[in-house]
Amino acid sequence: MGDKLQTRRDFFKLMSMGALAGITLSGLGCTQADMEEFLQRHFHEMTEEEKKQVIQRLEEKYLKKYGKKFEISTQPADTDVLWGYGLDIARCIGCRRCVYGCVAENNQSRKSPQLQWIRVVRQEKGSMINLEDAEHYYNPATVPEPGFQYTPVQCQHCENPPCVRVCPVKATWKEPDGIVVVDYNWCIGCRYCMAACPYKGRVFNWSEPHIPPEELNTKVHYLGNRPRMKNVVEKCTFCVQRVRQGRYPACVEACPTGTRKFGNLLDPNSEIRYLIENKRTLRLKEDLNTEPKFYYFFSA
Amino acid sequence: MEAWDFFKKTLRMVVVGSKWYYLWCAFLLTIIGVGIAFYATQLDTGLIVTNMRDQVSWGLYIGNFTYLVGVAAAAVLLVIPAYIYHFNPIKEIVVLGELLAASAIIMCLMFVVADLGRPDRFWHIIPFVGILSFPKSLLAWDVVVLNGYLILNTVVPIYILVKTYFGKEPNKKFVLPLVLLSIPWAVGIHTVTAFLYNGLAARPFWNASILAPRFLASAFCSGPAMAMLLFQILRKTAGMKIKNAALFKIAELMAYAMFLNLFLLGAELFKEYYSATVHLAPMEYLFQGLNGHHPLVPWIWTAMGLNVTAFFIFLIPKTRENLVTLNMGSLFIILGVWIEKGLGLIVPGFIPDPLGEIYDYLPNSHEVAVSLGIWALGLLIFTLFMRVAIPIQRGDFSHSKYEHGVTGHSQYERIKP
Repeated sequence: MGDKLQTRRDFFKLMSMGALAGITLSGLGCTQADMEEFLQRHFHEMTEEEKKQVIQRLEEKYLKKYGKKFEISTQPADTDVLWGYGLDIARCIGCRRCVYGCVAENNQSRKSPQLQWIRVVRQEKGSMINLEDAEHYYNPATVPEPGFQYTPVQCQHCENPPCVRVCPVKATWKEPDGIVVVDYNWCIGCRYCMAACPYKGRVFNWSEPHIPPEELNTKVHYLGNRPRMKNVVEKCTFCVQRVRQGRYPACVEACPTGTRKFGNLLDPNSEIRYLIENKRTLRLKEDLNTEPKFYYFFSA
Repeated sequence: MEAWDFFKKTLRMVVVGSKWYYLWCAFLLTIIGVGIAFYATQLDTGLIVTNMRDQVSWGLYIGNFTYLVGVAAAAVLLVIPAYIYHFNPIKEIVVLGELLAASAIIMCLMFVVADLGRPDRFWHIIPFVGILSFPKSLLAWDVVVLNGYLILNTVVPIYILVKTYFGKEPNKKFVLPLVLLSIPWAVGIHTVTAFLYNGLAARPFWNASILAPRFLASAFCSGPAMAMLLFQILRKTAGMKIKNAALFKIAELMAYAMFLNLFLLGAELFKEYYSATVHLAPMEYLFQGLNGHHPLVPWIWTAMGLNVTAFFIFLIPKTRENLVTLNMGSLFIILGVWIEKGLGLIVPGFIPDPLGEIYDYLPNSHEVAVSLGIWALGLLIFTLFMRVAIPIQRGDFSHSKYEHGVTGHSQYERIKP
């Protein structure tokens, strides 16, 4: 099956190469790299050799575009790992340091529009589940404000993710370690996943991302924080580039109050397991049966 | 050889015409040109040129798509009585109805492509070449059923027309199964399109099982309404003979469809307003405004007014069988359903967004220009279809062997070209 698929694809590649090289190359002045990018296959269907070529091409592209040397990893998930997140509602003061820590780490577009993977919403005390009265653009001189509580929301990395189910081209999927990722080069930009997500876990590059080159993070993962292109979707990856190397996600490190916890759900000695077993936890919109791996809890 | 001859003649048919024909085509081509220019900037700059944002991530394009799937599906309303009940006055226009469906589907596909962020990666969705996530993704289902419907609705009329051109009766054994298949298929395309929204638990406004029936009911209003107007225009301009009896029959069926549409909407409104859970919010946003945001309120009430008025026009025999009121009613339905099913269905699904934010979306001039371009292109395609189909059916355009013979198609008036 694999071989057959390979031959068929090679055939298509060859045919399109011939036809397109003639029309597009000369007509639009496309480079060889553009053509290779156009014909690039789904991440899962690439051989190790092809992945290497793609990484090399990307690194050259980024060097030309941003004048920076990037290190692009394709490190796969470890076995016996299922990442889980804990967020202490009682501790969050709504300072949004996690939001901006995330933006810097993950190379989101800074302006027009600014993309954020984490949203912190402000709610009056006494309400938590009904987000329809939540304030997104609170902007006081100091936080926390009396009478309010804050709920940060980001991709919940559902075990049963509706966004993955709806994608018409399988450009987004759940990795073996539970992280939901996007192949930015395979996404067709239909935005069905955004309509399907109950947590607003996905944002769209409505234009070419705007990032000042000096602010770029050059240590990136292919399925994570590498710079994106216009008209594709993106989302939180639990900082796949960090957590697979034994580091915490950037939001965990950025939080000044210790609100954010992270660990391996399969490890009985992990902090996240301790929290689930010893605290009262809740997950957002559990009635939708999405099975988030993002646990809100109350330390006090 | 004969095929080549037919092709050459067809081409001449399409290229040569009266002053009005040229003017009409030039008018459409101008709008298409403007649309293409705006689409080119969208491709270049990105979807940022539209008013869509993360909160409301689908807009006018997908609204038009949804509406036109309904128009295409409604071809069955013309096909069912013709083939099942042998209601002859309608039978004459089945071929034209199917060509209308084909034109509508082509527009649907163009609207999807216009909405796509990366049309350059279109090949990713082609089965075997790329990866089509069938059967998991409803969008994949839609790709399959819409393209199937397009093939069905071009093969059948072209086959009938070519046979007629050569002075032969179409082979019933070949046509009838295809026509019968197109009936459930039409229901299928609109059901699948409804399920596309329906299946999203994240969007309570769409996550109502009444959505697919509502889609069908409103489609059986807007599709025939459009056909009704187009056929009368063709009767005037192309000498196509359609009996008034056929139009009145269709109008009667539309009255039932509109009743069903209003009833289902009422059922939905009752459920939301009486239970008054937090999921009422999108409905409130649409009909009353929510927290001071009410851009869609005038639109939806206009639509309600148009639909209810049209319902009474089509219900009362006296107004139904008067061409002036009949055409008014058709126009009301076309507009009313377009609002209800376009902006009125897509936008409130996103408001408030899953985290409670309200973003007021109305399309900007850019989206309007691209959409008008697609509508004009669809109309042009339909015009060209008609340019060839009507003379063939009338017996004016046929193989040279029969050119001077007696036409066997008595239902069409023979007009000297």
